[in-house]
Amino acid sequence: MQENTKGVNIKSLFSKYGILFMLLVLILIMTILIPGFISISNITGILTQSSIYGIMALGVTFIIISGGIDLSAGSMVALVATVSAIVGQADSARKILSSVPELGLWAPLLTAIIVGALAGGINGFLIAKLNLLPFIATLGTYTIARGIALVIAQGQAISGLTASFAAVGGNIGIVPIPVLIFVICIIICSVLLNRTKFGCNTYSIGGNASAARITGINIQRNIIMIYAFAGIMYGIAAFVFAGRVQSVNAGAAKNYEMTAISASIIGGTSPSGGKGTIWGVVVGTMIITVIRYGLTLLGVDAYWQQIAEGAIIVIAVILAVRKKKA
Amino acid sequence: MSEEKYLLEMTGITKEFPGVKALRGVELKVKAGEVHGLLGENGAGKSTMMNCLMCIFPPTTGTIIFDGQERVGHTPYDSLNFGISMVQQELSPVRDRSIMSNIWMGREPHNKLGLIDWKKMQKDTEEVLKAVELDENPKTLMRDLTVAKMQMVEIARAISYNAKLIIMDEPSSALTEKETQQLFRVIRKLKAEGRSVIYISHKLDEIKAITDRVSVYRDGTYVSSANTADITQDQIIEMMVGRAVSDIFPKVQVPIGETVLKVENLSHEKFFHNVSFEVHKGEIFGLMGLVGAGRTELMETIFGLRERAGGSVTLNGKDLHPKSGRDAIDAGIAFITEDRRGNGIFPVQDIQYNTVIANIQSYKKGPLLDLKQMEKDTDEYIEKIQVKTPNQQQQIKNLSGGNQQKVLIGRWLLTDPDVIIMDEPTRGIDVGSKAEIHKLIGTLVAEGKCVIMISSELPEVMGMSDRIMVMHEGTVTGILENNDQVTAEGLMALASGIE
Repeated sequence: MQENTKGVNIKSLFSKYGILFMLLVLILIMTILIPGFISISNITGILTQSSIYGIMALGVTFIIISGGIDLSAGSMVALVATVSAIVGQADSARKILSSVPELGLWAPLLTAIIVGALAGGINGFLIAKLNLLPFIATLGTYTIARGIALVIAQGQAISGLTASFAAVGGNIGIVPIPVLIFVICIIICSVLLNRTKFGCNTYSIGGNASAARITGINIQRNIIMIYAFAGIMYGIAAFVFAGRVQSVNAGAAKNYEMTAISASIIGGTSPSGGKGTIWGVVVGTMIITVIRYGLTLLGVDAYWQQIAEGAIIVIAVILAVRKKKA
Repeated sequence: MSEEKYLLEMTGITKEFPGVKALRGVELKVKAGEVHGLLGENGAGKSTMMNCLMCIFPPTTGTIIFDGQERVGHTPYDSLNFGISMVQQELSPVRDRSIMSNIWMGREPHNKLGLIDWKKMQKDTEEVLKAVELDENPKTLMRDLTVAKMQMVEIARAISYNAKLIIMDEPSSALTEKETQQLFRVIRKLKAEGRSVIYISHKLDEIKAITDRVSVYRDGTYVSSANTADITQDQIIEMMVGRAVSDIFPKVQVPIGETVLKVENLSHEKFFHNVSFEVHKGEIFGLMGLVGAGRTELMETIFGLRERAGGSVTLNGKDLHPKSGRDAIDAGIAFITEDRRGNGIFPVQDIQYNTVIANIQSYKKGPLLDLKQMEKDTDEYIEKIQVKTPNQQQQIKNLSGGNQQKVLIGRWLLTDPDVIIMDEPTRGIDVGSKAEIHKLIGTLVAEGKCVIMISSELPEVMGMSDRIMVMHEGTVTGILENNDQVTAEGLMALASGIE
């Protein structure tokens, strides 16, 4: 006995794709307000701006689905960007051995991934093995990671990157490379979350940790893996960030964690865990960037932009809660 | 004999929730100064009825007359003002506050300056604690009390409102025999003061011992009321269940095979000591005991969720010492837990997810999962254990308790276990699903599995088990062949540690 009236379908469609609808409405409003909003340069601009936050948001989404939170993401991006920029400086190898030619692009990328995974793994260790609440553990590493970045950089902006590293901020044809990397990350995360045991475990731990334990899931190991994987995403975001700005400052990427968490939650990830989708997070990221980009084009004051962004988050969560009740 | 005046008259009470009629024209009449037993299976409507009375939500239709006036309240605060208080079944003390702070929470006495009068509070607390025979300092933190003492504090709190009617919802579930007697003395004292008590319990012997009259509900309807002295326990059960006992416990006779699980002198630091038993192929092994007997902890230890202090377990002749649930599952043990919401279901995930999750590694195809096979297996089990659902994409939280339980059973059958531990398999499930789950258990043992069934419901233990093990405060007080000589009284005596 299945009811298949049209009204029910539209309603369920809306409740499932409500944020996509929200994004389209936003774009429509911007198109009306700003003549020529839909142009190749604006679209690539929005996508490029989305990519760094977006890659971070993908990582943080795994953590939020598992019932955790990560305040350290922005600091970690600063730390990893600093370290990988040092490795990616044109004269980095010559500082140690004068005869060595400059290192290829693999060196800063690998550094970013490894340092990111380690830093994330430490978060996971504090939470899983030492039983710290995710909020507390990452509040600590939020400050520590920034401090390490400052110590390493010694107040200097790190510039003079290799040509190949600097090219990461560029384009292939009309496609910006950061967007390309973002898309690759989206595909990887989507497969990981939906098609692997690791993804299933992430949902289980956030959905009902005690049931997960009884169904034989090693919770400690999985939590460490989840935070380490998020760290890898931060590492890739930092790599893209360094390639784009080409002069990394240890104070960079401040408050990026908040944007990433917002994007994830606007995208329908449940702050209480167990629920969230990759496409939702991508849409959530786009919503934030479209607002920022559009308001800037409109000449709206940066302070007012913050207020608008905050309001959107609250509205998105209200909609999500209402959806739950319905 | 002239018709006595009633203190409480609830008539024609109906309560509808979206999609469910929880109560259909139910009545309850309680005389002044009587202890009134309220009986019915889980889901019969007792709690809904009491929630209407306590103004936690209003009834859809029906009237409540209390103390001669029609009452319409909107919050529990209103019903307290009417003169009704309640001892909740689920304790929710503020653990890091003292006994007295808990008792007077929200109505702390004030002095002239409007500040809290701690001295008066302490004196008043001493008085109500004396009334419930609890010898504790009012300043003791709730955290430091045993569950039984917390329960007595909760009862003291209900009394402290000076209510004319006190509702007690399963007040003895955490109490020992001795403490229950203490509770009964308190109830008799209340009765002597002319107050009335509504006593909700599943323990029929307690109902016989303490109540004057009983009302029985079934599936949201009113069955009847009677003087306790005029009816037998069997009559009460028949009224509660509404069908012959053999329908609900369709025990099939299965030949019992060789020993599968052997537990020898298994001990835990805190919860149980020197437990030994064997379970055989094709056997339903009932495990009975009161709250605090250590039954669940024993099973959690066998399953590797708790560390054992000593003893050994062998499964099919091989030593079994799992370090985690994973090890136990791989060895061939399944564990369907008692607290379905707490550690059973993944509420927002769909039926498919909930079905395959304990067996997830078997769907690995390279690094990825074989979604097609997962879907196929889920369909197969929905069919096999008759889960009532339109499709496997339903979130499990939308199913009824009985169907959720079936999905959980399916989840564990997928792991192909030799031993299935079921902790309170039919708690909170309606009679119809109960019978279906019992039938399913019968099918499982017929297929050669063995089932360890923990249950607090005597009819279930006695109706389904081949053998029954009884525990009392961490020790085994008896392992009995389930034959005609096993009686409810005998089992209760073992469970209370009297014999």
